Amino acid sequence: MSKQAIMAWEDLALGAAILSPGNAKELRTGDWRSLQPKLDEEKCIKCSLCAMYCPEFCISQDAEGFYRPDLYFCKGCGICANECPKEAITMVKEGD
Amino acid sequence: MGKRIGLEVSLAVAEAVKLAKVDVVSAYPITPQTHIVEELSIYVANGDLDAEFIPVESEHSAMSAALGASAAGARVYTATASQGLALMHEILFIVSGMRMPVVMTVANRALSAPISIWNDHGDIMAERDIGWLQIFSENGQEALDLTLCAFKIAEDKRVLLPMIVNLDGFTLSHVIEPVIIPDHAEVDAFLPPYKPVLKLDTDKPVTLGPVGVPEMYTEARKQIEQAVLAAKPVVKEVLDGFGKAFDRRYKLVEQNGKVGAKTLFVTMGSLGETCMTAVDELLAEGADVGQTRIRLWRPFPEEEFVAACAGAQRLVVIDRVLAPGAVCAPVASELKSLFYGRTGAPEIVSVIAGLGGRDVTVRDFKEMYRQAVSGKLSGNSLMWGVESHAS
Repeated sequence: MSKQAIMAWEDLALGAAILSPGNAKELRTGDWRSLQPKLDEEKCIKCSLCAMYCPEFCISQDAEGFYRPDLYFCKGCGICANECPKEAITMVKEGD
Repeated sequence: MGKRIGLEVSLAVAEAVKLAKVDVVSAYPITPQTHIVEELSIYVANGDLDAEFIPVESEHSAMSAALGASAAGARVYTATASQGLALMHEILFIVSGMRMPVVMTVANRALSAPISIWNDHGDIMAERDIGWLQIFSENGQEALDLTLCAFKIAEDKRVLLPMIVNLDGFTLSHVIEPVIIPDHAEVDAFLPPYKPVLKLDTDKPVTLGPVGVPEMYTEARKQIEQAVLAAKPVVKEVLDGFGKAFDRRYKLVEQNGKVGAKTLFVTMGSLGETCMTAVDELLAEGADVGQTRIRLWRPFPEEEFVAACAGAQRLVVIDRVLAPGAVCAPVASELKSLFYGRTGAPEIVSVIAGLGGRDVTVRDFKEMYRQAVSGKLSGNSLMWGVESHAS
C-alpha cells in the first residue's frame, strides 16, 4: 500500500482545526508552478501594478526598485504578465 | 421533584431547552416547523430565557447560524422537520466534521412528493450518515428527557459531536401528554455549563473547518468515525446518570414481551408503544413473541442489540420509510449487516409501514405476527397495507 497521508488520524486537532495562526506562509505554493514570470528591466517602469494584482501577495520591491516575485509562493498564474501595462513580464516554462 | 402536567410534547421539549439554558436558538420559523421554536421565541421575548433567538430565512441558514454560534463557543439548539431537514443537508456534515455539539430536535415527517405534513422517518433516514449522534424517543416524557441528555452527551469532552433527538411528527410533536417538568435546580445539577474545547477567539486565533487535502481528508473522516463510535459508552453513562438523578431509566436498546421469544418485533420511535400493546395482547393469547426497541440509532448499539435478540428465530423489522430500489429498508438493512455471518442469526423480515401518517394499529401488528409465524410474511421490504388490485 502506498503511503500518502501526512499524519496519523490520532494526531489531527479536533475537527482537523489549524491551531497555529498564519501557518499558510509555510505552504510552498511555488510547487504548483509550471510557468515563471520573467521581467524585462528595460521595459519595466516600476509602477507596482504587478504586485497589486498578484493573488498570492508575493511580489515586492528589490533594492533597485524592481518588483520581483518570491518563487517560494509564486504559483505561476500569469496575472502579473497579463496586467503589466508595458508588457515587461513574460511567462516562461519552468527550467527554460 | 418536578411537577406532572398535561402539555403538548413540542412545548415540553421547549421547556427542556429552556432548562438547558441555551445561549443561541436559530430557526426558520414557519412550515415545516413545530411549536418548539415558536415557544422558545416567546421565552426569549419575555426574558424567561437569556438567549439569542435568530429567526433566519431558511433551514440552510438556521443550521449555518447554529454552526457559527457553536464555533463561537455557545450552547446552541435548533429544531426542524421533513423538507427543513433536507434543506439543512449540506451543513449537517460540516457541523459534525467541525465537531460542534449542536443539539437539534427533528419532528420526523414525510418528504414530498406528494406533499405531506404527516409522520414517517423519510426525513431522518436520508440523513443516516451525517456523523451526528441520533436517538429516537417513543413518548413525550422521553423527548423531554433525551433533549436534556443530548446536551450533556454532545458537549462531553470525550464526544464533541452534534446530536439529533428524533420524535415522531404529530404523533408526538402535536399531542398533549402527561409530562414531568424537572426543576431548575435538578437540571443544573445534572447539566453543567458548556465549556468549549476549541472556539473562535480573537485572543487565541484558530482556523476551524480548513481545507482537507487528499493527504489528510481520510484521516479527518476517520477521526469523526472514531468519535461517533466512542460516544456509545458516554451515551450509556449519561442515560444511567439521568436515571439516577430523575428516576426515569433509559437504555440504548429496550426489550419487552417474552424474554427469548422466537419472534421479535423491532421498532424505533413512537410505533414502539403501539407494538407493545399488541405484544401484550398476543402474549395473553399464548403467542411466543417479544419486542426489541432501538433507542440509539447512531452509533448503532451492536452488542446491546444482538444481546437483546438472543434466542430469536425471526425479527419483524418495522421501517417507516421506503428506500426505492434498495435491497431492503434502512433499519432492516442495518440489522441484516449486523447479523450476517453470525451463527444462529435470525431471519430478518423487512416490513415498511406507517408512511406519511398512515396509522399502524395494534390489529396491524397482530396480523403481522400471524402472517410471520405462518410464513406468509417474508422477504424484503413488504409494504404493509398498500392498496393494490393484486392483493
